[in-house]
Amino acid sequence: MLKNIRIILWVAVAVSLIGMAALLWRQDDPEQTAAFRPHFALPDEAGTIHRTEDFRGKHVLVFFGFTNCPDICPTTMAEVAQVMDDLGPQAEDVQPIFISVDPERDRESGLNAYLAAFHPSILGLAGDAQSTEAAIDSFKVFGDREADASAPGGYTMSHSSSLYLIGPEGDWLGQFTYGTPADDITAELKERL
Amino acid sequence: MIKALVAATALAVSLPIMAFAECAEVTQGDITLSGAWSRATVGADRPAVFYVTIRNDGSSDDHLTGITTPVAAMPMLHETVIQDGAARMPHADRIVIPAGDTVSLAPGSYHGMLMELSSALDEGSSFPMTLQFEKAGPIEIKTDVLPIRAREAACAAP
Repeated sequence: MLKNIRIILWVAVAVSLIGMAALLWRQDDPEQTAAFRPHFALPDEAGTIHRTEDFRGKHVLVFFGFTNCPDICPTTMAEVAQVMDDLGPQAEDVQPIFISVDPERDRESGLNAYLAAFHPSILGLAGDAQSTEAAIDSFKVFGDREADASAPGGYTMSHSSSLYLIGPEGDWLGQFTYGTPADDITAELKERL
Repeated sequence: MIKALVAATALAVSLPIMAFAECAEVTQGDITLSGAWSRATVGADRPAVFYVTIRNDGSSDDHLTGITTPVAAMPMLHETVIQDGAARMPHADRIVIPAGDTVSLAPGSYHGMLMELSSALDEGSSFPMTLQFEKAGPIEIKTDVLPIRAREAACAAP
């Protein structure tokens, strides 16, 4: 009986040692620990280039959209505006960013006036085709022009609909899928801030 | 003292109820519309949106086939479809309103896309919207223009 217990204990020790070794090995492996750090370098309406690294120290909420979008984009911006209000003084440590997937048209129609109507803190970025494509690729998201004869200008955009959360070191922390209530986003941000 | 407390409690309880006024309803045949709302727009160049709740009290399905309004030259019914995280907005030319069921045109779902606005939609204003049903015929409802930040109708379904 005692012998059996001894054997079981030694097995437990062996298992935990193997577990420890596996954990240590994982930590040493750069492939496992390298963070995903998506990147953009895009101009605001005034032409000033903003880069991901400019926001180090802040939590950044990134949305890819277009201002001719009647449903998803204004609904998400309304949620973001609510989050920024509900964060109170902690809102200083959060930067919401709207990256246009339809930059040419959005520059013409006035991105800032549109976003300011939701919340003054939301930064609108609209690059050229190349820099927009680079940001979309880096975030591993989707933003594509679709021909639609019935839409204004003869096209509409299909685009990723989530809000992406980037941490103060530039690391991808996660995403809030469309429809996540503002309260849930606020709660998660408050936990992290 | 107790009287004041009771009065204050009563007020505290009734305030949230008062804030959510009952939605205006329009009934024609088996179809009842309620809670029609839109968001204020920045200028008239971008499309506006139209949301409403549709109830079918009948014993057979009806279909919403189109919308018309004096504020937009090109109103259309669309459905937001999110697949693998990407949103698309296909045209919805015939939305079924099942017998005994309620269908909402709401954020992230079916909605009216109001293109070619005649002027900006101002917060606090309203406009008429006519919904065309196969069985119930055309039904008009007053649509409230809510703040651009609105996320739902300002009234509660009765």
